[in-house]
Amino acid sequence: MYRYDDFDRQLVQERTEQFREQVKRRLAGDITEEQFRPLRLMNGVYLQLHAYMLRVAVPYGTLRADQLRELGGIARKYDKGYGHFTTRQNIQYNWPKLDEIPDALLDLANVEMHAIQTSGNCIRNTTTDQYAGAAADEIEDPRPYCELIRQWSTFHPEFTYLPRKFKIAVTGSPNDRAAVKVHDIGLRMHQNDAGETGFEVIVGGGLGRTPFVGKTVRDFIGKNDLFSYLEAILRVYNRFGRRDNKYKARIKILVHEEGVEEIQRLVEEEWAQIKDGSLRIGDDEIAQYIEQFAPPAFETLSDDDADFERHKAENRGFSNWVRSNVIEHKQPGYAIASVSLKPIGGIPGDATDVQMELVADLSEKYSFSDVRVTHEQNLVLPHVKKADLFALWTELDKANLGTANLGYVTDIIACPGLDYCALATARSIPLSQRISERFGDLDRQHDIGELKIKISGCINACGHHHVGHIGILGLDKRGKEFYQITLGGDASENASIGKIVGAGFSEAEVVDAIESLVTKYIDIRDAGERFIDTYRRVGTDPFKEVLYGDR
Amino acid sequence: MSLQVVTANRLDDGLVVFLTADGGWSENIHDSRVADGKEAAAVLLKEASAPELDVVIVGPYLIDVEQGDGGLVPTKYREVLRTKGPSVRQDLGYQAV
Repeated sequence: MYRYDDFDRQLVQERTEQFREQVKRRLAGDITEEQFRPLRLMNGVYLQLHAYMLRVAVPYGTLRADQLRELGGIARKYDKGYGHFTTRQNIQYNWPKLDEIPDALLDLANVEMHAIQTSGNCIRNTTTDQYAGAAADEIEDPRPYCELIRQWSTFHPEFTYLPRKFKIAVTGSPNDRAAVKVHDIGLRMHQNDAGETGFEVIVGGGLGRTPFVGKTVRDFIGKNDLFSYLEAILRVYNRFGRRDNKYKARIKILVHEEGVEEIQRLVEEEWAQIKDGSLRIGDDEIAQYIEQFAPPAFETLSDDDADFERHKAENRGFSNWVRSNVIEHKQPGYAIASVSLKPIGGIPGDATDVQMELVADLSEKYSFSDVRVTHEQNLVLPHVKKADLFALWTELDKANLGTANLGYVTDIIACPGLDYCALATARSIPLSQRISERFGDLDRQHDIGELKIKISGCINACGHHHVGHIGILGLDKRGKEFYQITLGGDASENASIGKIVGAGFSEAEVVDAIESLVTKYIDIRDAGERFIDTYRRVGTDPFKEVLYGDR
Repeated sequence: MSLQVVTANRLDDGLVVFLTADGGWSENIHDSRVADGKEAAAVLLKEASAPELDVVIVGPYLIDVEQGDGGLVPTKYREVLRTKGPSVRQDLGYQAV
């Protein structure tokens, strides 16, 4: 995994000290809130409903054991004993005190972490496939490129005050687990006819109040040219993106208004001028970064482990967990194990200090000290020997971390919603808890199969409801929470934006409405069809009918 | 008749506070000074927005309240949550005290 060099260390430490001084000046009254607000936001500090919130970057969702342990320690020392993993593969703390945040940032810096660019109109944390470096279907590990993007975009002087925030996601696999088509820039790794590895560049995807699936601006850009090409896109956006209206300032609106052909023309024109400059990265340099993410020292093992098979046969809980939470690894004898942060009836994405420390310990014991955060708000131990899976699950299960529900109806994305967020219009978490409890029976979840429910507590769509197979948007209707349902969204390589099915439902009605949709799907599905497949085959009408009848 | 109080977040710890009768800030909405009518509310907000308070609180604003049996209750659920804490964590926020 990538380790900070002297530049990284100095940069993060200086920034931490700078922010300490800014906080001191704010508390002494030397600067006003108006002056301080943009400074704190650039360091990940928001003011939310009940208190400050600190958002810490987890670059491309990759953590070392010592880093996750420190995140647990920070939860205990500066917060109330827990943290919330987000759809940006980051972690948020909900109760830090302003005067203690500089100390928390120093603790983070000591484990090579920070909160820089987790807010503000700049390039945010780059996200990627949580199974990077382990997935059997991967072309190449995308993280060396993510790290290069991190370095290119951190404190980039030209892109610190963009029209609006900017999010980049990368997938190294044809099976997109990073939702790249709904990002400002999505990079899909593939090989050209000459067998060279490069990226399809997708621009202008996004969720929020105006959702779009991104459009391909270039079918293939070679690795060496990737960074000058990204620079060209950002320059076009920085120059032409709208600054007159916050709600029309994202690049998706520019692409929509100007058309992808025009954006393509502008980008290519800009790129022609800079492509042979300092941003062209040589093979040697790329190789150095690939080396930083070299695979761990895997043992040569058979892919068949007799003990693993025996435990599966003897222990139903374990075999259920393997069925949903364990997937194939590229290395024989190893597997990728997901740690669900969605216990039945629990708060999606929340983990206690003790749970974080436990997962850190388990990653040291079983996964080469490597942990991932997923955009679906779970954790992953990416390199576990099949022979160790039973012991791992046993320890996870004791800590309420062994829930066997990955990809099922109870593996719900939910934003913090009105329980925490100053922007929210309705609560998300209690609804996710009620749905989780309604469908908690595991046999029923197996019967339903893959079903992605995503809940946002406002139109900003942090809970990705537009790309939920069933999406739920919480709104305020004359002082009461009500929930609008969308169907047919998909964040995968077959990305689509869900369609609003009809009038919204009250808090009391909405779980029954979801159950009606699921029941209808079970009634009409063909063999082997997931909910999204059935929806695509039959369309909205049969589902509309069960919700509204003749209405 | 519309009753309003001023709320804000405290600068140092970010917690929710309410403007009190003596010009201080309380964590308890029941200590709030209540404005009855538009003009009284404007006076209240002006007092809360004084530049010298920028070092005490952040973002003062008016909220509608009603006089309930147990005291003042915000009319909007968002503000009810701010007086209590997250509905999903009854062990946190003012409701836990």
